[in-house]
Amino acid sequence: MSRLAVPKTYKLYIGGAFPRSESGRTYEVRSATGAFLANAAKGSRKDARDAVVAARSAVGGWAGATAYNRGQVLYRIAELLEGRRAQFVAEIEEAEGVTRAVASAQVDEAIDRWVWYAGWADKFAQVAGNANPVAGPYFNISVPEPTGVVAIIAPQGSSLLGFVSAVAPALVAGNAVVVVASERFPLSAISLAEVLATSDVPKGVVNVLTGSPAEIAPWLASHADVNALDLVGAGDLDWVDLEIAAADTLKRVLRPEQGPDAAAPALGRISAFTETKTVWHTKSMK
Amino acid sequence: MSFLEYAPAPESTAVLNLRDQYGLFIDGEFVDGRGTPFQTISPATEARIAMISNANEADVSDAVAAARRAYDRTWSRMSGRDRGKYLFRIARLVQERARELAVAESLDNGKPIKESRDVDVPLVAAWFFYYAGWADKLDHAGLGANPRALGVAAQVIPWNFPLLMLAWKIAPALAAGNTVVLKPAETTPLTALIFAEILQQADLPPGVVNIVTGAGDTGAALVAHEGVDKVAFTGSTAVGRAIAKQIAGTDKKATLELGGKAANIVFDDAPIDQAVEGIVNGIFFNQGHVCCAGSRLLVQENIHDEVVDRLKNRLSTLRLGDPLDKNTDIGAINSREQLDRIRELSDLGEAEGAERWSAPCEIPENGFWFAPTIFTGVQTSSRIARDEIFGPVLSVLTFRTPAEAIAKANNTPYGLSAGIWSDKGSRILAVADQLRAGVIWANTFNRFDPASPFGGYKESGYGREGGRHGLAAYLAPTPIGGQAAVARSASRAAVGASGASGAAVEAEPKTRHTRATRTAKAATKGSKR
Repeated sequence: MSRLAVPKTYKLYIGGAFPRSESGRTYEVRSATGAFLANAAKGSRKDARDAVVAARSAVGGWAGATAYNRGQVLYRIAELLEGRRAQFVAEIEEAEGVTRAVASAQVDEAIDRWVWYAGWADKFAQVAGNANPVAGPYFNISVPEPTGVVAIIAPQGSSLLGFVSAVAPALVAGNAVVVVASERFPLSAISLAEVLATSDVPKGVVNVLTGSPAEIAPWLASHADVNALDLVGAGDLDWVDLEIAAADTLKRVLRPEQGPDAAAPALGRISAFTETKTVWHTKSMK
Repeated sequence: MSFLEYAPAPESTAVLNLRDQYGLFIDGEFVDGRGTPFQTISPATEARIAMISNANEADVSDAVAAARRAYDRTWSRMSGRDRGKYLFRIARLVQERARELAVAESLDNGKPIKESRDVDVPLVAAWFFYYAGWADKLDHAGLGANPRALGVAAQVIPWNFPLLMLAWKIAPALAAGNTVVLKPAETTPLTALIFAEILQQADLPPGVVNIVTGAGDTGAALVAHEGVDKVAFTGSTAVGRAIAKQIAGTDKKATLELGGKAANIVFDDAPIDQAVEGIVNGIFFNQGHVCCAGSRLLVQENIHDEVVDRLKNRLSTLRLGDPLDKNTDIGAINSREQLDRIRELSDLGEAEGAERWSAPCEIPENGFWFAPTIFTGVQTSSRIARDEIFGPVLSVLTFRTPAEAIAKANNTPYGLSAGIWSDKGSRILAVADQLRAGVIWANTFNRFDPASPFGGYKESGYGREGGRHGLAAYLAPTPIGGQAAVARSASRAAVGASGASGAAVEAEPKTRHTRATRTAKAATKGSKR
């Protein structure tokens, strides 16, 4: 006799909690074959603003953690993802309508990218920063620091790998993020949020919104407390208007990427959301 | 006659060999502009120096076309070694003509000759010398092997350090293999045009550097031009914002060095004499026409009175007057427009209840002048504590704890620079960590070096100038290869399993999004930095 399954309620992930959208709205998520999968929360402007508040309050602690600590916390996520492999594979198979092998490959790559980025946490500053031989009696050093709150429109064509590829690099340097998940494949993003909630990532460091990127993105692009905007998955949106809105507070903007190499692992994805700080100090025997 | 009254010691203008009128420098030659020519004046006397050509849109197009030709046919094909040699030549020519450039700069800009002679021009030579050596070492710039130049760079610079900002822009652009169209500020075109003569002496291939003079509309036309791959702008945050909007949706990369409202934090254990000198240098260097000027003095409450008294004493010894006089400390304000802005904001400071003190100095009859001024009792909400004044005006605020100093220092949309004065090293480093600013000077201020990256956080702009980081503003990583090579091929294998194409896709989309063209035209003007 078959057992009746217990379906999961998929909600938003804001400030370490899983609230429903304050708007009370949901939208139907269906499988590749058209079967009902879940009612995902349809995030609103207010949810986006709440998420930015949560991210802002978290960024100090996360940026202030030692790089070694951040590296371990990020690695821990990979560990937990590994333990939930089967869940993600099944979710992706169903949502994307791909074979188990393809879904497995996506999960494997997502986990391996976490590991790759986790390893950068305590090395990145050595590669991106340096001492500067200035012409005078000064100690002078340049170091990368996190930009602050980064809003991300996750790649829309992928459940897990695209999301991970955009989020992980922004976290390495110590940013806090607000991510708008794939509209069509939002469930793995929320499942990943469950992983984050039970790992050591401080609450508010990652905030996940599901719903319509076209509706939510403009509020994030124009939000004065957002420091940077990753439009990697915004290629199908009216993204030029988003970039124009972002210019009001001179946000750092990454433009959309398309194709299989979109958000490919690269040091540039880490450094895109950092600021180089240069400190001078006098040298003297006196 | 007190010991502070010196006989006049003006630098001779005999080293200058100025023309009555200057054309635009396009494709290696001076040509007449098609706009209405304008005069450049000495802000110290309001006397005309020369007539300057005004580039209209067609002239800008010619300049961009020349830069494109030079890029395609010459500069992008030349070895890094040879590009470097041209830059070394330029550095040497600047050194050879250093006095002439310094005198011209002080004449046109109004800054004291001791600054143009000892700071601006030596740094110009240093900037070209530094980046010359990078030209054949780009593989080591941190962008992986074989980084590529971007193409034609549009560069719009301000009037506060006319020739130095030119060097900050042109040297890294050429080292990285780009060609350039540069627009100097309307009020300070002179040294850029002398620099064009230097390029002729260096025999730099025609079109590699083009200089178009004019006002804000010339700059706007340049930034908007379709043939431009890179925009580098130093000036006000308002114009930087307009440029960011204008280039949204295009493939243009941008570096923006914008405004600032730097905090200069003085703790009670600071070496006070040095701190006072640093405060003076921080805000009165170059008449305060410095984007990174330490315009907000945050002084620990218990030493406030002592620091302010000493500051007033020190300011009373500053000599304001003829920029060409070797003893002058404070030169002329660059323009009537800027003087009006400084006056307006200073009057506002008084109206908002701050106490104003100006150094007693004789103001010359002609020209634009503003005595060094301190405001005490300034509230954090006051306009003079929030707005960039870009003049010799210091706002003094107090704090009790390091946490309060940090909170007040960061309480601004800007984030360009900051200063910390303390004898305690561990506190300096801890405070430096917390300040959201791109350049932190500890027990010094307003130091610049070609090896040292400079640029802002937040609304002070993005991108860095100087150092290895400054090269990255003019380079793109080669799409395949570099540090991500292994990981990329791994990801392609994973994606390949799903049947997708493994073709490489460049980091940035190739097509120009057409909607960008309908955005408002920026009133591009190199007004300040």
